[in-house]
Amino acid sequence: MRPVYVLSGGVSKFAKARPDKTFQAIVKEAFDASIADLGLEPRQAIELLDGSVASYFSDHFQRQLMSGIMAQDYLGLVPKPSHRVEGGGATGGLCFQEAWKSVASGDMDVCIAYGFETMSHVQTWKGNEFIALASDVSFDYPVGGFYSGYYAMMVTRHMKEFGTTVEQMATVSVKNHRNALYNPYAQKRMALTVDDVRKSPMVAWPLTRLDICTMSDGAAAVWLASEEGLARVEKATGKRLPRVKVTGVGRGTDAMRMADRPHVDYDTFYRKYALPIEDTDGGRAYYRDLWGKGFRYPGVHSFRAGRTASAQACKRAGIADPMAELDFVELHDAYTSSEIQTYEDMGLCRYGEGGPLAADGRTFLASVEYGLKLAKPSTTPVNPSGGLIACGHPVGATGLMQAVFALWQLQHTIPQHFGDPRLQVPNARRGAIHSHAGTGTYVSVSILEREDGGAA
Amino acid sequence: MSRNDKVLVDETLEGAVVFNVPFPSDLKGLDQMAPIILKHPYHVDYIHSYGQDSPFFAGLANKRLMGTKCTACGQAFATPRKACMECGAECEWVELPQQARVHAFTVCHFGSEEFLPDCPFVLAQVEFEGFDTLFLTRIQGLDPTAPSLDWIGMKVGARFRRLSRLKPTDVWFEPL
Repeated sequence: MRPVYVLSGGVSKFAKARPDKTFQAIVKEAFDASIADLGLEPRQAIELLDGSVASYFSDHFQRQLMSGIMAQDYLGLVPKPSHRVEGGGATGGLCFQEAWKSVASGDMDVCIAYGFETMSHVQTWKGNEFIALASDVSFDYPVGGFYSGYYAMMVTRHMKEFGTTVEQMATVSVKNHRNALYNPYAQKRMALTVDDVRKSPMVAWPLTRLDICTMSDGAAAVWLASEEGLARVEKATGKRLPRVKVTGVGRGTDAMRMADRPHVDYDTFYRKYALPIEDTDGGRAYYRDLWGKGFRYPGVHSFRAGRTASAQACKRAGIADPMAELDFVELHDAYTSSEIQTYEDMGLCRYGEGGPLAADGRTFLASVEYGLKLAKPSTTPVNPSGGLIACGHPVGATGLMQAVFALWQLQHTIPQHFGDPRLQVPNARRGAIHSHAGTGTYVSVSILEREDGGAA
Repeated sequence: MSRNDKVLVDETLEGAVVFNVPFPSDLKGLDQMAPIILKHPYHVDYIHSYGQDSPFFAGLANKRLMGTKCTACGQAFATPRKACMECGAECEWVELPQQARVHAFTVCHFGSEEFLPDCPFVLAQVEFEGFDTLFLTRIQGLDPTAPSLDWIGMKVGARFRRLSRLKPTDVWFEPL
């Protein structure tokens, strides 16, 4: 595999509806932003790119098949190679990795990953019906197909197993919405309190409207390149680009029907799923105690695919302790509860410790005022951009949006891009992006790292 | 009033039927035109086969709950699958007990359009003695306005629709 660098990115404004443009023109908005950031003209970009990967989740929302090629031709990228990637909520993260593969394999030197979703074509509850078709239509969908309901079932089990509280979940919503106050691309920029989150309308107990991301229209685009590709782009731009490298990728899967997920014993957990940091006397004692209380893994409370994806990415990036070695994480918080569950999958804490971690301050930014009493200082900000909950979740764009925001963190260009320095993670050198589909069926994790000095 | 308190107006797909729109004499004005938005209905009848899972639905019509068991490794699936997820071997049909326990649940106050008229309803994963996996169902007979984590672990029994619709909702559970 060849080294792969992330060169540039662009996002459209995420909004509930963008009737002013068709999906192709929204992709063009993100594409043009990624080109302008390099200081290039579209004509030069078209010449530099060897091909693309297109990312979008649903054909139902637009009632348009082969939307990918329509974006490709609108951008002026035909007849260059391209294909479409689909993997539910993880579509964007998978697309990023497909573009990485295109470059790492030697197939392309410069590849653009672009993704979009325009979900405003149908009313919200019809949209939920479309999304719920991403569950088994023989056994699951007809019983009351509703993704918020599926995640709510997972979290009641998490609460029962570990004592996780609704206030801890609400704290995630407060954090992510407040971070988004300083992200002009975000859809929902709100100064909330824990009380606001709990008092907002109940959707699927215990998740309220403010525990759940919204549907959006939006697009994102990211450039990936080999060393040769990087040199080619630098020659065209006449400037040296920050070296942001993809140092690890990982993916995992789990059964579509949540009911089918296994409940493995302690030994199997240690043999197949435990992380290096958990393989200590203390870690083993902690988990032996959990199993003694009846805990089984992953059940419906944990995302096994998130664990295996993260373990693979971290291993490849040489990360043993993600909490200590990552400067920030942009993770798939479609629900506040799934942010907490993902802390545990990624090894930011042990299983069962996600609730306390959500509220103790370590995943917050030191530079943002949250109106909360936080016991510990910021160490590893999670979703400094505002995450899906505040930025919106135009499915095919979401995982690429995370890549763009992570790139800007590592370039130290958040102040320029957001017009405010507050969301810049100080001296960010290494970050992870995490993309997740249907109750943890597909999960992708990619590690991005700043190679050179890092002075902005 | 904080932004959170704003009054939400129900979304509808109502709109006006129009047969023409204004057009500027100066073509430069076209770029300032508001987008034209149309309503576009789409209906379809799918012919869905339950295929190898059909005996499960035949079971529901006869007030029986059918799961499967792996003929090689013994993994017992409360929601049937004919191929074992653990070892890949063939699974055979076995009958489930009609009592279960609540493993996880939620109360849906909203839902997909198709299920909005049913809200609020209790959606749950239930576990069966002797089976390794769970089953998705609705629980009737619990107060949806007073959910409690104590519902987890509760004993529930299967009830069947008298006239089968050959859907997984032919069965639901009630507290015992």
